[in-house]
Amino acid sequence: MINLPIFPIVIPALAAIIMMFMPKRVVIQRAMALGALVLTLIVSLFLVHTVSIDGIQTLNLGDWMAPFGITLVSDMLSALLVTTSTLLTLFVVWFAVHYFFESYEGNYLYVAMLFLLVGVNGAFTTGDIFNLFVFFEVFLMSSYVLIVLGGRGVQLRESIKYLLVNIIASALFVMSVALLYSVTGTLNLADLAMKIPLIENQNVITAIGVMFIIVFGMKGALVPLHYWLPGAYVVAPTPILAMFGALLTKVGVYSIFRTYTLLFDGNGTFLQTFLMVLAVLTIFIGMTGAIAYNDVKLIIIYNIMIAVGVILYGISVNTQTSLEGSLYYLIHDMLIKAVLFMLVGMMIGITKSGLLRDMGGLITRFPMLGWTFFVAALSLAGIPPLSGFFGKLLIVSGGMDEGELFAPILVLLSSLFVLFSVMKIFMYGFWGEAKREYDGPLAPFAKRLVIPVFLLLAVSVAYGFGAEWIHPYITQAIEPLVSPEIYIDAVLKE
Amino acid sequence: MEVFISIIIGVLTMCAVYLVLSRSLLRIIIGTALFSHAAHLLVLTTAGLKTGDAPVLVHGVTDYTDPLPQALVLTAIVISFGVTAFFLVLAYRTYQELNTDNMEEMKGTETYD
Amino acid sequence: MKRKSKPVNDVILQTAAIIIFFIIVIFSIDLFFAGHYSPGGGFIGGLMTSSALVLLLLAFDSQTLKTVLPIDYRLMTATGLLIALGTSLHSIFWGRPFLTHAYDKFHLPLLGEQTLHTAIAFDLGVYLVVIGVTMTIIQTIGESE
Repeated sequence: MINLPIFPIVIPALAAIIMMFMPKRVVIQRAMALGALVLTLIVSLFLVHTVSIDGIQTLNLGDWMAPFGITLVSDMLSALLVTTSTLLTLFVVWFAVHYFFESYEGNYLYVAMLFLLVGVNGAFTTGDIFNLFVFFEVFLMSSYVLIVLGGRGVQLRESIKYLLVNIIASALFVMSVALLYSVTGTLNLADLAMKIPLIENQNVITAIGVMFIIVFGMKGALVPLHYWLPGAYVVAPTPILAMFGALLTKVGVYSIFRTYTLLFDGNGTFLQTFLMVLAVLTIFIGMTGAIAYNDVKLIIIYNIMIAVGVILYGISVNTQTSLEGSLYYLIHDMLIKAVLFMLVGMMIGITKSGLLRDMGGLITRFPMLGWTFFVAALSLAGIPPLSGFFGKLLIVSGGMDEGELFAPILVLLSSLFVLFSVMKIFMYGFWGEAKREYDGPLAPFAKRLVIPVFLLLAVSVAYGFGAEWIHPYITQAIEPLVSPEIYIDAVLKE
Repeated sequence: MEVFISIIIGVLTMCAVYLVLSRSLLRIIIGTALFSHAAHLLVLTTAGLKTGDAPVLVHGVTDYTDPLPQALVLTAIVISFGVTAFFLVLAYRTYQELNTDNMEEMKGTETYD
Repeated sequence: MKRKSKPVNDVILQTAAIIIFFIIVIFSIDLFFAGHYSPGGGFIGGLMTSSALVLLLLAFDSQTLKTVLPIDYRLMTATGLLIALGTSLHSIFWGRPFLTHAYDKFHLPLLGEQTLHTAIAFDLGVYLVVIGVTMTIIQTIGESE
């Protein structure tokens, strides 16, 4: 099966296209979306299995040789991320089936969600930097559609800002690609990794590296570029917010992961320091936001930034241990953020308010919701043996090994702030007396809605308990990043 | 030729920045379109401009224009065409919904309505 | 709708538009087929066809265009995407990499020796998508007036 890497991209695309023919047949759409996602999940698990046995899988589209044509590369890193994103899209769609009204679902909702997954999976799989841009645009287009669905005034207002930021980021992306092409004459990641060290003037590469970090940082909400994130995300409906929070920022992080380790790690310490400073600032601003707000959605949104900062810190340290930690934490964070966003969305749907001061006593009526949230909160904060712990442990020990002290301590401190911010939601939201009769639109459906969330949380808990079993996969994913020769050989074989 | 085009790219970017920073939504959209144009021109220019050479059409050509940037630029143009069109529709809908195209009036911090 | 509020005499535009419409469409089809070896192709052809449709839209109104050409442009987009993806997918069943195209020379009646290429089907998909998307967007803005 030489075509294996393309299937996680093509299956959702094909399902979405067929669904476009019957936008108003909501029941068929739900079934098709869920079916396609289950199929994609099976294929991507098979892909992980194949990669773990046979090594990196590559596919030269249209039979054009590797550095010239479009290459798809499924190494363990991309296979694992593809599997994770498919898994959580499956649960989010399941959640959305119960969450939305039919009139809302009839507006190409599932089509856009599947195309989002197409873009995300494509971005994880692609082996050249221009197609990274193309897949970025695919999922951005879907995200534009998803964020304006519903068409409330506030939503439209924030969508404009979201769109504007992303259009400018895309133009910068094209510019960075142009500069990279002018210097190296190639856009294939493996070929670039080979040619960049040979360039005499490494300062040019550093400048291009900074541009790429700006571009990906805009998507991933790195600190000076994070200003769009809270406003744009807070207006999106819950399932869509769950997908955005779990997937979109993480694609930016993945892109930094890939390009930084593969292309830009060989030239001096400037980029490393640059990335490290940005990561630390991101953690810091994220912490401030997470404890400052009284709005449950905003608290979790600022927690995204903490996670991004922690992962990027691991990347900037750039050793086997810290990168393993980053990848482990990245996958953990994708799962747990989706869980948390769906949970706070349910809280808002039940109480008809996003503010903590209007909530309270939810646990007496919705015990399942409360305890799911409790476990998810502990997991986010990184209480062992839940999944957040091992990633942070590896990142911190990786940083310590390199003789750093300040940043690892900040990472540990951030856990405390994370714990504080989510426990604040738990205590004010679930404990105490009910302030009034909760009659929000979601109240009657809470039992059904909590099932997919609970199952996704179960996956995340299993991910934490099975850390020992998953570790070989993570190690295999990081190997090509630490020694790019493995990646280069796999892509440019012969 | 490259220098001349580089200056044009600079001017385009300058106009784009000016327009994006203005208050009217329509000007902002035109600004983003100009910014994309600048990026596309940059792709063509950085790959080296050659006048008088054709792309590869037959076997055995030794002197030809690099076809890859043209392919890249076409893709980028298609994408920016789609995004700009979407942006226009969004701006129009927003104008209908909020009765303003002034970004100053679109600041707002309230998140639920 | 517009014409009720403000009666204008656009006989010249309307008469010319009908003729020019066909000229543009024929030229766009020519561009579309030229696309394989020379400048042209699905995207440009599609844009030109939709510009012809926009010309009709300007000369008459959206209601007239709907009666003359009762096409659901969203379905057109979906069809185009399906054709494009289908042509890319066919190679999977032959065990070749995704997007691999097949071509051969055929002797067609009247046209003589011609090469047929599956890429043309892919381009047809692009052509339909471009018309579909452009017209959907223009109608979305135009109809709500």
